Amino acid sequence: MDQIPVGEGRAFAVGDEQVAVFRPRGGGLHALQAVCPHRGGPLADGLIDAAQVVCPLHNHAFRLSDGRCTTGERSVQAYQVAVEDGEVVLRLTR
Amino acid sequence: MQELVVVGNGMAGARAVEEILTRGGGETFRITMFGDEPHGNYNRILLSELLARGADPDGQLLEEDLFLNPWEWYRENGITLHAGVRVVRVDRFAHRVYADDGSIVRYDKLVLATGSRSFFPPTEGLWADNKTLTPGVFGFRTLHDTMAMMRYARGKQRAAVIGGGLLGLEAARGLQAHGLAAHVVHAAEGLMNQQLDAQAGRVLRRSLERLGITVHTGTRTTAIRRTTDGAVSGVTFTDGTTLDVDMVVVTAGIRPNIGLAMVSGLETQRGIVVDDQLRSVDDDDIYAVGECVQHRGEVYGLVAPLWEQATVLADHITGADPQAAYHGSRLATKLKVAGVDVAAMGLKEPERPDDEFVQFSEPGRGIYQTVIIRDGMLVGATLLGDISKVASLTQAFDRRVPLPEERIRLLFDLGAPTAEVGAAELADEAQVCNCNGVSKGQLVACVRDGQRTVGGVMGATRAGKGCGSCKGLVADIVEAALGGDLETDPAEAYYVPCIPMDKPTLMTEIRQRGLRSSSAVFAELAQDGAEHAGSKMALSSLLRTMWGEQYIDERDGRFINDRVHANIQRDGTFSVVPQIAGGVTTPAQLRRIAEVAERYNIPLLKLTGGQRIDLLGVRKEDLPRVWADLDMPSGHAYGKSFRTVKTCVGSDFCRFGLGDSTQLGIDIEQRYKGLESPAKMKLAVSGCPRNCAESYVKDVGIVAVEGGRWEIYVGGAAGATVRKGDLLATVDSRDEAVTLTGRFMQYYRENAKWLERSYDFVPRIGLTELRAIVVEDRDGIAGRLDEAMQDSVDAYYDPWQEHRHPATPGQFRDALPLVQLPKVPIR
Ligand SMILES: Cc1cc2nc3c(=O)[nH]c(=O)nc-3n(C[C@H](O)[C@H](O)[C@H](O)COP(=O)(O)OP(=O)(O)OC[C@H]3O[C@@H](n4cnc5c(N)ncnc54)[C@H](O)[C@@H]3O)c2cc1C
Ligand code: HEM
Ligand code: SF4
Ligand code: FES
Repeated sequence: MDQIPVGEGRAFAVGDEQVAVFRPRGGGLHALQAVCPHRGGPLADGLIDAAQVVCPLHNHAFRLSDGRCTTGERSVQAYQVAVEDGEVVLRLTR
Repeated sequence: MQELVVVGNGMAGARAVEEILTRGGGETFRITMFGDEPHGNYNRILLSELLARGADPDGQLLEEDLFLNPWEWYRENGITLHAGVRVVRVDRFAHRVYADDGSIVRYDKLVLATGSRSFFPPTEGLWADNKTLTPGVFGFRTLHDTMAMMRYARGKQRAAVIGGGLLGLEAARGLQAHGLAAHVVHAAEGLMNQQLDAQAGRVLRRSLERLGITVHTGTRTTAIRRTTDGAVSGVTFTDGTTLDVDMVVVTAGIRPNIGLAMVSGLETQRGIVVDDQLRSVDDDDIYAVGECVQHRGEVYGLVAPLWEQATVLADHITGADPQAAYHGSRLATKLKVAGVDVAAMGLKEPERPDDEFVQFSEPGRGIYQTVIIRDGMLVGATLLGDISKVASLTQAFDRRVPLPEERIRLLFDLGAPTAEVGAAELADEAQVCNCNGVSKGQLVACVRDGQRTVGGVMGATRAGKGCGSCKGLVADIVEAALGGDLETDPAEAYYVPCIPMDKPTLMTEIRQRGLRSSSAVFAELAQDGAEHAGSKMALSSLLRTMWGEQYIDERDGRFINDRVHANIQRDGTFSVVPQIAGGVTTPAQLRRIAEVAERYNIPLLKLTGGQRIDLLGVRKEDLPRVWADLDMPSGHAYGKSFRTVKTCVGSDFCRFGLGDSTQLGIDIEQRYKGLESPAKMKLAVSGCPRNCAESYVKDVGIVAVEGGRWEIYVGGAAGATVRKGDLLATVDSRDEAVTLTGRFMQYYRENAKWLERSYDFVPRIGLTELRAIVVEDRDGIAGRLDEAMQDSVDAYYDPWQEHRHPATPGQFRDALPLVQLPKVPIR
């Protein structure tokens, strides 16, 4: 958990998946597929608020809760994520 | 060897000789030239420029630009030049010319290239005696005229220019540069009435008046008033009114020099009458070329025809092409007055009932354009204010190429639609936003799907969210599609979308409530108290501008570029631009950059338009080490911030330099580097008006001018939008230039909307208003602006120092851990 600063996201490789984990200022934790479906932008580098992440390359926005794109691009995979003893635990079953 | 004698060592005479030489005429002819003027051939056209730059103490350096044929040219080509010698008579039967120094030269072939002289309309008091003009009265034809004018202008207040044609306007503008108030007196109603129709003349008049030139039309100068010592003191007009002036320049037309031909028994009318081979109709051994010629009834007053004439003459006289024939020229002119763009070609008005006439007029902006088409060919065009189409029009005019069916395309680019083109006319598949590939059809569909505001459509389609240059057109299309159903979107005035306040209101609230961080602002002011990703960057920038060192920096409020101080690329790698202030680097820096590039396998090293070195394709994890190894400060090529100051080499090296542009650029960059602002700011400093650093198209551009002064232009752009900056002020010292630059930038930082570049900001505020605030300090805020700027300058630190202590955990951690970067091509 210490690896993710408040209000930002960080990417992790889990098996052969790349996952971006976000930690909004208001609390909570969200995990999305790290690669933007538009042109492959790095979502972990995007700006976030409580509800969405904005891709740094062309500003497509994705909901943190379910990965739905609100700007007309395809959706991204959302993963279940929780904090256990200060560790981030991801469930990759879809 | 035959003897070739050329009378007149001006642009046509010398050009004809050059053409003869390139056709091997040096083998056939021994060449002798006579020139009334005591120099080699010079470029008469540049006299306007010489006058305009006149106050230049290094003006002599222009010599090689001005002189087309220096003395060596005559020597090297074995030409005997009698400079300062006038030919007074030709004995056609003895084949001899007689000159005023007593010399007599035999010829086999003779070329007359005597040009024209200024025409002085009969006016009381114009002449001191039979041959000498009243002291203070000048023609504008020769280098001597120009030099004499410049000499006389020193310390004078006011000049009258008689004749408002091309030459007169150029003279008036030139005299202004010498500090004189210029009055143009023109007999006709319309200025430049040779080339322009009445409406164009009126638009031009307004543009000149805006430059401070006073225009009197529809009146003549009947008398020159003189002081008791006989020098000019004023002019009297037809209606008896008078104007006090210190000097008078007469540009009331030119008259071909045909006296020599006349006394030598050659056919002359308005000019020396020649056939299609440029030979006198009376004498096969005598050719004539240039402005002194009358061909098929036409006499020309521009250089283009004489280039064409000179080739035909040379082809014929050397036998290179005995069939060569001249068929007349089509005329295109441009006014060489800084700040007023005028180009005209062919007809100025339709003449026949079925001539097509396309006219576009926007007098408020000084724009007036017409094209005239006959039988599907362009036969005339006038461009005022905006001459961006002059190249393609000239081509259509010269080559008589077929024209587009839609005539309006001659004046406007419809391919890359601009807002001026009616939105309704566009085809559905026409691409409107070229950055994001959005067509008109998509925009219309979006409206049909229920979007009711321009902002809504832009959000849904992302049209206009790239470079932004299509925004106007997008708005037009949406408005048209809504058919009057447009809901004005109050959000458009908001500084950030989630807080319903414009920028000044927001700033007041922030200051009153003492909000020093983005999260505090969201909590107190946002509609639902929630933070909003799309507003964070704008808010962070504003807060830093307002609070300087007191700003509470929340890293998550920054765009990725500002988190890692580098510019993100398409594959998630970054570009790194070290500080090279003013574009001046050292061998040691270059060596280090080269080593770093090799050590980190940098895919591309590129020189940027801002005179920096860009290391592209750097992996995020490598950034701290790249910075450490470079051991140079950040060049700030990534943020919405002060970016670069481009400079030219200026007075230290350049032979034209009037000021030390390099040092001023470095100083400005060192002082203001990295300052956050609503949008990026690119600057430049040029050492003279040749403007090698492109100062006229920068957010702030500085140009050294005569007398240690500096011009400051603001609001220029040469990106997706192209705009020439407006002259904010001319200051007397470099310190003032630094201060005023800072004050303007601070005003811009405080008042521009988020992402509003200076080229939109300056016209929105208006130049007069800006001057009043920033230069004249009408509102008494200059001191505060300067202090605020100083605070921001003091709060600066080099972000690349973060390589020692990352600001956040995983600051430089790979965001696509499984993707092998770089994916950008490696060169
Ligand atoms: C200030 C200014 C700006 C101009 N700007 C433009 C422009 O922007 N575009 C454009 O197309 N045109 C421009 N022109 C016009 C252009 O300069 C002329 O069309 C061109 O110079 C004509 O060349 P020419 O050789 O026929 O005449 P000139 O260049 O006048 O040469 C004639 C020469 O012959 C000499 N001469 C005459 N009689 C005798 C004699 N009996 N014996 C010996 N020598 C003699 C004269 O002294 C002179 O040196 C401009 C002219 C001026 C004055
Ligand atoms: C291309 C650049 C220039 C050339 C080729 C040039 C050429 C000449 C020539 C040929 C003369 C003497 C002839 C005459 O008056 O008819 C002259 C005189 C003069 N020039 Fe220039 N000149 C140039 C630029 C300038 C500039 C920029 C200035 C300064 C404003 C200047 C100031 C003068 C003065 C004051 C004289 C008169 C000298 C005197 O009569 O004692 N010149 N120049
Ligand atoms: S702009 Fe600079 S480099 Fe260019 S001519 Fe002027 S001083 Fe020389
Ligand atoms: S790659 Fe994410 S918006 Fe284009």
